[in-house]
Amino acid sequence: MTETTYLGAITATLAGALRADDRVLVLGEDVVEGGPWGATAGLAEEFGEDRIRNTPISEAAICGIAIGAAQSGMRPIVEIMFVDFVTLALDQLVNQAAKAHFMSGGQLRVPMVVRTQGGAGQRGGAQHSQSLEAWLTHVPGLKVVMPSTPADAADLLAAAIADDNPVVFVENKTLYFRREEVDVHRESGAIGRARIVRPGRDVTVVALSRLVHDAVAAAGSLADQGVEIEVIDPRTLVPLDVDTILESVSRTHRLVVAHEAVEHGGFGAEIVARVQAAAFDELDAPIGRVGAPFAPIPFSPPLEDAYLPGPDEVRAAVLAAIAA
Amino acid sequence: MTDALGGATGLELLRTMWRIRIFEERVGELARANEVHGLIHLSIGQEGVAAGVCSQLRDDDAVYGNHRAHGHAIAKGAPLPAVMAELMGRVDGLCRGLGGSMHLVDAGHGFLGATGVVGGNVPLALGSALAGRMLGGDQVAVVFFGDGAVQGGIFVESVNIATLWELPVILVCENNGFAEFTPRSAHTNVERVSDVVAPYGIERETVDGNDVVAVRDAFAHVLSSARAGAGPALLECLTVRLRGHYEGDPQRYREALAAEEWQQLDPILRLQRCGVEAGWLDENTVVALEQGARDEVDEAVRLARESPFPSPPSTDLVYAT
Repeated sequence: MTETTYLGAITATLAGALRADDRVLVLGEDVVEGGPWGATAGLAEEFGEDRIRNTPISEAAICGIAIGAAQSGMRPIVEIMFVDFVTLALDQLVNQAAKAHFMSGGQLRVPMVVRTQGGAGQRGGAQHSQSLEAWLTHVPGLKVVMPSTPADAADLLAAAIADDNPVVFVENKTLYFRREEVDVHRESGAIGRARIVRPGRDVTVVALSRLVHDAVAAAGSLADQGVEIEVIDPRTLVPLDVDTILESVSRTHRLVVAHEAVEHGGFGAEIVARVQAAAFDELDAPIGRVGAPFAPIPFSPPLEDAYLPGPDEVRAAVLAAIAA
Repeated sequence: MTDALGGATGLELLRTMWRIRIFEERVGELARANEVHGLIHLSIGQEGVAAGVCSQLRDDDAVYGNHRAHGHAIAKGAPLPAVMAELMGRVDGLCRGLGGSMHLVDAGHGFLGATGVVGGNVPLALGSALAGRMLGGDQVAVVFFGDGAVQGGIFVESVNIATLWELPVILVCENNGFAEFTPRSAHTNVERVSDVVAPYGIERETVDGNDVVAVRDAFAHVLSSARAGAGPALLECLTVRLRGHYEGDPQRYREALAAEEWQQLDPILRLQRCGVEAGWLDENTVVALEQGARDEVDEAVRLARESPFPSPPSTDLVYAT
């Protein structure tokens, strides 16, 4: 076992990939200096500023350059500093990267990773705190990964870099400094495999990113009330390991989906639809949803704290599912 | 017409322009007959740019085209039957019928793709240029775009980074004076695209894009600079879009070009007059060149018609495996 932070796992994985393959390069704003949290800190010293490449504040061009470089033999990793800024690069991601392999009849490959981070809770206001992963999951050709732990961040980032498709890797800023013991001999996570974080018999809770930890926190107090929840982290949204979720629901017969993103149109809706279509007869209660209200993220601390879903909302949704 | 060029080069340029011209005239007919499908943008009148540029590139030099890219693909080496089959949506199309007119790709010849989103292709060329340099080669990348792309933010982002990183990329603007239905003067106060990029210190030149020899000479200069590592360039080719923005465009927004005026501007006729004057071309060769292109296009249409439509489903190639 070794102790690492989520951020440290990312930095170490980037370094490992850069060391193993000369075709890997990192592009982004302030990546030489390490970026706002230090995810790329120290990489320029080891790999040089040709491979750890600072860019202007030009998200669309950065993504386009990565696509062209990927099509011509490199394996670029782009850092989009906040997922909120993915909006500026959506033509490149949606119209170019996601479709190049398909539209070329398989001639082109775009092995690139877009590392970005979302999440509220740091008083960043409505343009630096969003969870926009659902938009990206709607685009065939993109893979979308959303790790919640240091071990998964390491394993899935390595898998994303090795993947021959464009992968959007969505980190969460509030998880960066979580320190965890990581089993160095663990079985590596693969893109498209969910993880049962905590087994339980009564209600399945499928949670994304930060909400995985909130669901685990809720599990303790629910257990005190005699309710055992099973917490599942899909880890990758596209492709989605729906089988693991269905298998769990076939035992618990109750489901709650939880994410920090706005509930309306969130990725939880896709999980709900898939489960009800495949396992309607297994369900003993309406599927519960936990997500943010349909409003921009407020700035003022008490407003932001009230806005964000957390353990209390998960607990309430679980109890509602039990009561139904 | 600029100074003399060798007969072999002149004949090759003529041959390429005739192939594009006849191919696209046929595409227009087939579009009206509903054999070619979708949104079709023809480059008739602009063939000198694609021919003058691509004739000097290698297969490992990446080229990106825009929505009006049949000529770019053909000039870069894409076989006519596969291009035609793609426009007809057939299984033997360049992209197996998954791409269509605005998304032609022929990776084997370095044509890494047309794009239907105006300006969206520009940074991709920077990326290919960066890859070539990082992988230790002397490849260059070329991107074709129209004057309508220049008013988009992605263009400025790309020019800035291309110059900042001294990338071996050549930005070729086909300035035909119209962005879709609208004359350039109604979209910007900057008449010349080469003036738009002036502050970046990029090598830039504006040439008569319907003078294929002028295009070729100007491109030769920036190509050797870029290949030698001297950084990017912008070549603005002033040209004429003889057809509408798309096939079927009624073009109520402009007067048709008079036949005599077009005779003077047509890049093919101009090079032919030049060749006859210089003595490397005679009337028989002119007829043979045009007929050769017609025969080749006839054969391409025949082969494309023989190719079946692909069978559903179409979900196999969403992800690379």
